[in-house]
Amino acid sequence: MKNNASSPNGEVCIEVNALWKIFGHNPKQLLHSEMRSATKADILEKTGHVLAMRDISFNVNQGELFVIMGLSGSGKSTLVRCILRLIEPTAGKILVNGDDVCSYDESQLIDLRRHTTSMIFQHFGLFPHRSVIDNVAYGLKVRGVAKEERYARAREVIAKVGLKGWESYLPSTLSGGMQQRVGIARALATDPEILLMDEPFSGLDPLIRRQMQDELLDLQMEVQKTILFVTHDLHEALKLGNRIAIMRDGAIIQIGTPEEVITTPSDAYVREFVMDASPAKVLTASSIMEQPNVLLYEWQGPKAALATLRTSNMDDAFLVTRTRKLLGLVTIERLVEVIRGKGNSIREALEPDLPTCTADTVVEDLFPLAASTRYPIPVLDERGRFTGEVHTSSILVSMIQEKEVETDARVP
Amino acid sequence: MLEFPEFLQVPLAGWVDAVMGWLLANLGGIFDAIGHAILFILLYIERFLLWLPWIVVVVLVGVVAWRVMRLWWAGLLMAALLVLIGSFGYWDLAMMTVAIITASVIISLALGIPTGILMARSNFVESALKPLLDAMQTMPSFVYLIPALMFFGLGKVPAVFATIIYAVPPVIRLTDLGIRQVSQSVVEAAQAFGSSSRQILFEVQLPLALPSIMVGINQTTMMALAMVVIASMIGARGLGLEVLLAINRIEVGRGFEAGLCIVLLAIIIDRITHAMAARQQYAA
Repeated sequence: MKNNASSPNGEVCIEVNALWKIFGHNPKQLLHSEMRSATKADILEKTGHVLAMRDISFNVNQGELFVIMGLSGSGKSTLVRCILRLIEPTAGKILVNGDDVCSYDESQLIDLRRHTTSMIFQHFGLFPHRSVIDNVAYGLKVRGVAKEERYARAREVIAKVGLKGWESYLPSTLSGGMQQRVGIARALATDPEILLMDEPFSGLDPLIRRQMQDELLDLQMEVQKTILFVTHDLHEALKLGNRIAIMRDGAIIQIGTPEEVITTPSDAYVREFVMDASPAKVLTASSIMEQPNVLLYEWQGPKAALATLRTSNMDDAFLVTRTRKLLGLVTIERLVEVIRGKGNSIREALEPDLPTCTADTVVEDLFPLAASTRYPIPVLDERGRFTGEVHTSSILVSMIQEKEVETDARVP
Repeated sequence: MLEFPEFLQVPLAGWVDAVMGWLLANLGGIFDAIGHAILFILLYIERFLLWLPWIVVVVLVGVVAWRVMRLWWAGLLMAALLVLIGSFGYWDLAMMTVAIITASVIISLALGIPTGILMARSNFVESALKPLLDAMQTMPSFVYLIPALMFFGLGKVPAVFATIIYAVPPVIRLTDLGIRQVSQSVVEAAQAFGSSSRQILFEVQLPLALPSIMVGINQTTMMALAMVVIASMIGARGLGLEVLLAINRIEVGRGFEAGLCIVLLAIIIDRITHAMAARQQYAA
């Protein structure tokens, strides 16, 4: 499996293998004929069958937010429903935590839906005859949890999604955004391992949508669920996804991190998709960072440091500890001052107020940092260790290159 | 060539007679048991209604009408209409009629709602039962009045039986329709959260189909009321018999009084059950 590197941790949670779905009266026979490799339109015209998914394979790792993106009719909603067998796949395997869901009987399936997964729907799918709290507590109710216990849990989750005080209202009295919060609360109430989200924000207006996306990201930081997120909106996919699978006509045509999708679109279809996405929102510091010519270490004296800089013809360099933890930036001017003042610690030569970024800071967020300093921006990992530096010039160059890719794409 | 060919004639009448004969000869015990069960329910209701003092019934109807229609004058009006029936001297006969209707409706619902649920869950059952329901509603009631008489003898039991046949289709149809109309996305959500098919039925489908089922109950009650005159022909006492006697004796005034009582009962029952149905609506 390629692209595993970018996912939060290595364990595979959902594994989909050669999954097919064909609607019609004899899909199995179609699958075993040579028609299986025909185009979707040909299959429909010649056999009357509708091909919804063709040979879909991918893995979702534990704690990963995996986005499936495609236009309507690309089979993405069918795919997410097949994982719970709300729609029966025609052929293929779906493994959830190593267990083959397709071989489950009715009671095992109900068990999976009650305990392992939760789903959030585009049209919310709320129960119109139940109050907010009863909607949220529904998953616990079908599990057989006692009323007091499930209400206590429901209140907790309702507060978490910001709907405290609305417990006794019917869903129809709430706005669209609030209804989807109820949908999210209902999904979280059972504390599932896997969240399946089928275009959850598509029905909301743009302002609310952006807000809900941000909240989802915050929530994901907190709860760390495995999320399979379906959308037709590339911006949403790029913003939320650890990895993105792009579907067209029932097949996956590319799987990759948002950056890979943007920088190396697999074909013209993906490129067209990507064209209107601003690279500044997607490219991260890791893709434009460089390794410095020279690093200074904390045990070096000021004079040794000055010599190092002079021999490598540099005006400044980053100072790190033995474990490459960043201490700051040292410049020649400051070093000279320290030496003149008879100081003997290199730490006295540190430049104050140094902006830093991490490997996944997007270019858009690097602009203000670059404007606030005349030195390169150090890139740190989560433990504060130095991994590279970003130069203002490479930020600008990255934007120009992206423009060129776009203009190239328009030529043929 | 102009005459219909003789060899194409189907002796359906003979077959039906043969089946009837066989049923009467071999399954008489079963019909007796059904008859006793119907009679038991009916007599219970009738005795209770006749035992209740009239003023209690009037006040009760008034209060219920006021509560479900949320109009104080509607409650007063319904109570006044009931008093009018009593003032014609038809209180006891009206209560007997109400007893027959109540028994028929209770049995109709007990049979009809489960049948409607079955129809909603299976396209096969639906397509098999729909023609039967059409037949039950369009077949002239006298046609099954006679066999009912042969199975159960004269009296109230065949009347209830015939009333059920005529009145049960609406509640079956509207239960079926109500469940099928429940939004697929809501059912899907219930499935996705691991509801068993029983839970889907009782937690989601039936509550959401309730407005439709209530309309079905209202329709069934009205149909049952429409049968009272016909049912009186096979010996069911009540307002219907009064109408029948008045017609036979050409007593126009008496017939009009009894007929008006049936209309008043219809108005009272319809308004109350209709208001109950309307209250079940949810904003989607």
